[in-house]
Amino acid sequence: MNNAAISAKNITLLPMAQKVPEGAGEFHLPSHRQPFVTGSHATAVGNVPLVTAELKLRDKLGHCLVRWNIGRDSFTVEAGLYAIGSPTDTSPVLVTANYKMSFDLLRRALNKRDTWILVLDTKGVNVWCAAGKGTFGTEELVDRIGASRLHEVVSHRKLILPQLGATGVAAFEIQRYSGFSVVYGPVMVDDLPEFLDNSCQATPSMRIKNFPLRERLVLIPVDIVLALRQVIPLTLIFFFIAGFTGDAPFLQSALSSALPPVIALLTGVMAGSVLTPLLLPWIPGRAFSIKGGVCGLLLFFPVFSAFQGDASHSAIENIAWLLITLAVSSWFGMAFTGATTYTSLNGVRKEMLRAMPLQFLFMVTGIALWATALWIS
Amino acid sequence: MSNFQYLTGVVTLEYDKKSCIGCGMCALVCPHGVFTLEGKKARLTERDRCMECGACMKNCPAAAITVTAGEGCVRGVINELLGIEGPCC
Repeated sequence: MNNAAISAKNITLLPMAQKVPEGAGEFHLPSHRQPFVTGSHATAVGNVPLVTAELKLRDKLGHCLVRWNIGRDSFTVEAGLYAIGSPTDTSPVLVTANYKMSFDLLRRALNKRDTWILVLDTKGVNVWCAAGKGTFGTEELVDRIGASRLHEVVSHRKLILPQLGATGVAAFEIQRYSGFSVVYGPVMVDDLPEFLDNSCQATPSMRIKNFPLRERLVLIPVDIVLALRQVIPLTLIFFFIAGFTGDAPFLQSALSSALPPVIALLTGVMAGSVLTPLLLPWIPGRAFSIKGGVCGLLLFFPVFSAFQGDASHSAIENIAWLLITLAVSSWFGMAFTGATTYTSLNGVRKEMLRAMPLQFLFMVTGIALWATALWIS
Repeated sequence: MSNFQYLTGVVTLEYDKKSCIGCGMCALVCPHGVFTLEGKKARLTERDRCMECGACMKNCPAAAITVTAGEGCVRGVINELLGIEGPCC
């Protein structure tokens, strides 16, 4: 037998000519045994799980927990096709990510509307971030359309995607490989009802991503949790330095002398992870390392004058604490770039290459000055 | 237009007007209004507002736009500097 002839005969042209993950494209409907599924909706391809627009206490509790970084990795829904209301073959199909927050906010916006929701497997990540990573992407969408036999469920050939999904999805390729045309909906899901009522036309303001106070506020808890996780090792180091340099018993020296630099760390976290997001538009500077540093400076004086009270500390100690506060606040201010809606990768890289040496220098000098002052006294 | 502006002169966004077919997708998908459609051609009007998300490049059927897209997050850059294949957030 001629091997070349056999392989040529067996070749099936796959979309995008990329390796397809195992099991991809096989017929699959999501499980009904998920807590938010309220029923079943019969379609040409089988029973699709039915969900409501109403969020239950259980859903809302989950939202609160993930805002504090609790269970965020497992806050998912199963990918596939869902029904809301009583959709027919002419009802619109809306596409979203399998982060439960994304899914919940979408269904809440679809109150009293009969629609299909097609959930992509984005590994529990929201639409925009998943699009940046490519999991909310062209391949996944084409596969998910096939796996859900969407061609048989609906008679039209139109999908509505969130605009921010465009980072991962090429609309013209979806059309080419699945036959469905992509319509990009508004950036924010709250604008979706108006968009749908307006025959899928977005107003110019629906296309722009802004970053209002409300959106910055909800990011703060996760920011604090992640920041505290980073400063815990430093806290331990401070306790050890203080314990070994003091004259008093180890624990007593550790607790008393390590307190100021630990307060400096926490002041830095508060400045970088709370004050920076909160006051973002009003803090001078464009670089986030500068914004964070400015907030650190703002917070340092009230915190440390309250902390010191009437006790006298040397100038060296005060400078040491200031340096630690500035290094930490600048670092966490810079870390907030990952959560913003307008910072660019190359901008962040440029900023980091300039700021990190200074932050490091401030931190090391601060610790050295503080340890020296401890040693001398 | 968003009230916020990051560093200027850092983005890698490039646009080849000759290749543009005037479909308007770049202007539509951009969350910061970087492109505007003028007649039969897109115009790059707000380059410094680009956040390098790559949506315009991805959705340009004429491949007239290039940008080194990626998520601007600290951990991602550190992984990249250290040469680690790691998640961003």
